[in-house]
Amino acid sequence: MATNVLTEKPMSLEEASTTLKMAPGLLKSSQLKSDVHPDWCPGCGDFGIVNAVQQAMAGLQIAPWETMFFTGVGCSGKSSHYINSYGCHTLHGRVLPYALGAKLSNPKLTVVAAGGDGDGLGIGMCHFVHAGRRNIDITYVIYNNEVYGLTKGQASPTLAFKSQPKSLPLPNINKPVNPLAMAIASGYTFVARSYAYDAKHLAATLQAAIAHKGMALVDVLQPCPTYNDIHTKEFYSTPVQTSSGELPRTYKLDEAGYDGRVQNPFDEAEVESKRLKAIERAYLKEERVGLGVYWQIEMATYGDLLKDNLPLLQEYTPINLPYYDPKTMKPTTDLTPGLEEFLI
Amino acid sequence: MTLKNDISWMIGGPQGTGVDSSATLFARAMSVAGYWVYGKREYHSNIKGEHSYFHLRVNTEPVRSIIDPVHLLATFEDSTASIHGHEIVADGALIYDPKVTKPEHLEIEKSVKLYPIEFDAIINQMAEETGQHPAKLAIVKNTIAVAASMALLGVSLDAMEGALKGLFTGRRAKLVDMNMSAAKKAYAAMEALGNLESFAYRMAAVTKMPEKNSRLVMNGAAACGLGKLKAGCRMQTYYSITPSVDECIFLENHPEFGALVVQLEDELAAVNMVNGSALTGMRASTATSGPGLSLMSEGIGWAGINEVPSVVFNYQRGGPSTGLPTRSEQAELLFAIHAGHGEFPRIVMAPGDQHECFEDGFYSFNYAERYQTPVIVLVDKALANCTQTIDRFDEESLVIDRGDIVKPDFEWPGENATPEDALKAIAKFKRFAEAESGISPRVLPGTIGKLFWMTGDEHDEYGHISEEPENRIMMHEKRFRKLDAALKGIPQDHQYKLIGPETADVTLVAWGSTKGAIEDALKVLEAKGIKANFLHIRLMHPFPTEAVTKILSRAKTIINIESNFTAQLAQLIKLRTGIDIPHVVLKYTGRPVSETEVVDAVLEVTQKKTGKVVLTCGH
Repeated sequence: MATNVLTEKPMSLEEASTTLKMAPGLLKSSQLKSDVHPDWCPGCGDFGIVNAVQQAMAGLQIAPWETMFFTGVGCSGKSSHYINSYGCHTLHGRVLPYALGAKLSNPKLTVVAAGGDGDGLGIGMCHFVHAGRRNIDITYVIYNNEVYGLTKGQASPTLAFKSQPKSLPLPNINKPVNPLAMAIASGYTFVARSYAYDAKHLAATLQAAIAHKGMALVDVLQPCPTYNDIHTKEFYSTPVQTSSGELPRTYKLDEAGYDGRVQNPFDEAEVESKRLKAIERAYLKEERVGLGVYWQIEMATYGDLLKDNLPLLQEYTPINLPYYDPKTMKPTTDLTPGLEEFLI
Repeated sequence: MTLKNDISWMIGGPQGTGVDSSATLFARAMSVAGYWVYGKREYHSNIKGEHSYFHLRVNTEPVRSIIDPVHLLATFEDSTASIHGHEIVADGALIYDPKVTKPEHLEIEKSVKLYPIEFDAIINQMAEETGQHPAKLAIVKNTIAVAASMALLGVSLDAMEGALKGLFTGRRAKLVDMNMSAAKKAYAAMEALGNLESFAYRMAAVTKMPEKNSRLVMNGAAACGLGKLKAGCRMQTYYSITPSVDECIFLENHPEFGALVVQLEDELAAVNMVNGSALTGMRASTATSGPGLSLMSEGIGWAGINEVPSVVFNYQRGGPSTGLPTRSEQAELLFAIHAGHGEFPRIVMAPGDQHECFEDGFYSFNYAERYQTPVIVLVDKALANCTQTIDRFDEESLVIDRGDIVKPDFEWPGENATPEDALKAIAKFKRFAEAESGISPRVLPGTIGKLFWMTGDEHDEYGHISEEPENRIMMHEKRFRKLDAALKGIPQDHQYKLIGPETADVTLVAWGSTKGAIEDALKVLEAKGIKANFLHIRLMHPFPTEAVTKILSRAKTIINIESNFTAQLAQLIKLRTGIDIPHVVLKYTGRPVSETEVVDAVLEVTQKKTGKVVLTCGH
């Protein structure tokens, strides 16, 4: 039996690892707005994303005091201050190590990490890839507007080749990264794309990502009204001429007959065929933008695998591993197994 | 011949040929026989082939450093005798394989006694007895060299058996008999050479045998790891780097404690994951070495402004850049104190020996949580990799201090909760509230009704970004007051120790791992008529300015000793106390300072008033 570090009361592993349920319907998304006024530019996609996060939290009825929202640095970094949960605004590019450290330590916390495309795919790319290898049960939201807004609009790693938004003195001669394909290749077990102003789809996608057990990526396309004059709100709302007539710019993958969810993760043939299709879909050249789940598979999480290596974790969550007597404050760790090889 | 209380033994060979295991076996065997051992390990940044060696000292009393002369050089291949032969003292001895080593080609003193051991003959005899192929038995060469050394030193093989039984347990227990068979044959071969009693460096027996399990033979890296485990550290992140990786592997080898040892993609991930873990209430740490500390600087600053109790162990090695990656140095003192952009409080500790490694492994977490600020512990390669016989750690006096943690006021009523309960549950909390001590009560995320925020930006009491000048003044001042609190709260013996008499003709000043050599040298200096004492500083930041000023103000001749080029401690003392230390003894070859070097340097300074002595001993 573990002791809850917060209350010093004994608790079972089940208690320690399940999210406390709210009384149904009690938590409104409006209550999840903090009293800090967002200072983003009018029309910024960040508003839409934070609203959707709050709706997803309310939709799942997860306890805000058992939720921690981590952000990187940049415009998106401020999001954590606008949400009524524990908030952690970390360093540029380092949001994932923070989020992983917190989740591994206290699996009871619902952990959501968020950051810009520069934060996650530029300075933080190393962590983006390795987080996939570990399949830790968190959700990572990328605010993807193709520019570094807070430093006045330089090209981000997702800006298209030869593209030149108004903030760039010269056209971009770097090729863009494909966050969806990269996430699939890195081992993310949930990979989806949504759009900042499709509130309903974004909230539902975030809800599915948070509910997913494993490392989830939600790539959110988002206009930067100040610096990106190419992929604007108007761009996303302008219909596209196709052979079957005029159609909206964005469409839902499932409505287009695409299903990236692996039904049986032990069926290698299904896994491989879905993986290839997902990568193909991520690279699909089309004028329209597909929103939805590109890839999802249920696999053992890092936390599950740790239990094989560290048998004590079958009984305790890491933060509740006992190491002192709360009454006397004496350490209780018996060092004998560690001392044996040195004793004379 | 009179028996000796103190001898110096060396073994060497290409990396990957078992030099380490020989030294471990010798150190354990001599410790089982009741002696005290100190040994330093030297190796190249290479896996197989380059020359490595272990230099050990055996004493009937506790010993903490090496002496430069070699009394007995044990070899089992040809390179070691040619590299180290000249270090053997007159009347010393060389154990060698006559098949590969020709003493007439060596640069050695004429009076060095030569003990040829036919390694192959012993191995072939074992092969005949056991039916095993001689190539499979080649690994016992190490044991042969160690057993031959013991015969020459006059130490019974019973101790060898005890040491082997300690080393080979479980599935490897069958190796005890094989090695004992080789040891007995080597011992007999030495006795057959005859006249062993005439060797000038035979060991006197210890007068009192230690109780079983009362002593440890270990290195500093494991001592740090054990201290961390005792402290409740259950999250250790790392990116592989020499020599800090030894501590991480030690922890990883002990899954029974439940500690998560997470190998990461880089040091940026390592330090920031510790921040993410420590902010939840885990006792979390990382271990790194120089280049890694450079990369971690930004993350340590985040912990500083967010008042997160992250613990970073930095095992210094020769710098800058990749520098001397497998050698030792103390050149990160000023860096550790200033690492990171901007200004924030941090605690920097530097253990001087294995007991202090264990203590700092333990107390670094208490201090990090009590003062809610990052703690950097400066170890070095010399301390991490030395092997020493020590008394068992004192675990009885240890007490955990978690600092000021706010408990929840109420529990979530569950299904029956009312809208009022919901409002109460999401109430915010002034995590960074103004506090006289500088330490605001800490909330662990997951606590109901105490929401707060963190940010690397300057922030208000709730943790929200604030660029208001008044708030900035309050926060900066609040955070920095912790350093005063830490100086008041950290016990004096964790801050500094004055070893030796209160007043002396010479006061030696040092920090970190040079402690052992200086402590050992005090006795030798006393015998030479020099009354010296030794100020060992252990809390590097905040600096015990008042105490150091007091001690140094009454000192007659002050000599600062450290392993770096720029005398960083002397610089720090000047900065903090205004006292300009007139004599510095420096070593920057990457090899640890020996007792011999300290004695010689002090003699030089006292006789010639030399301002700067540069030490160079060691291959």
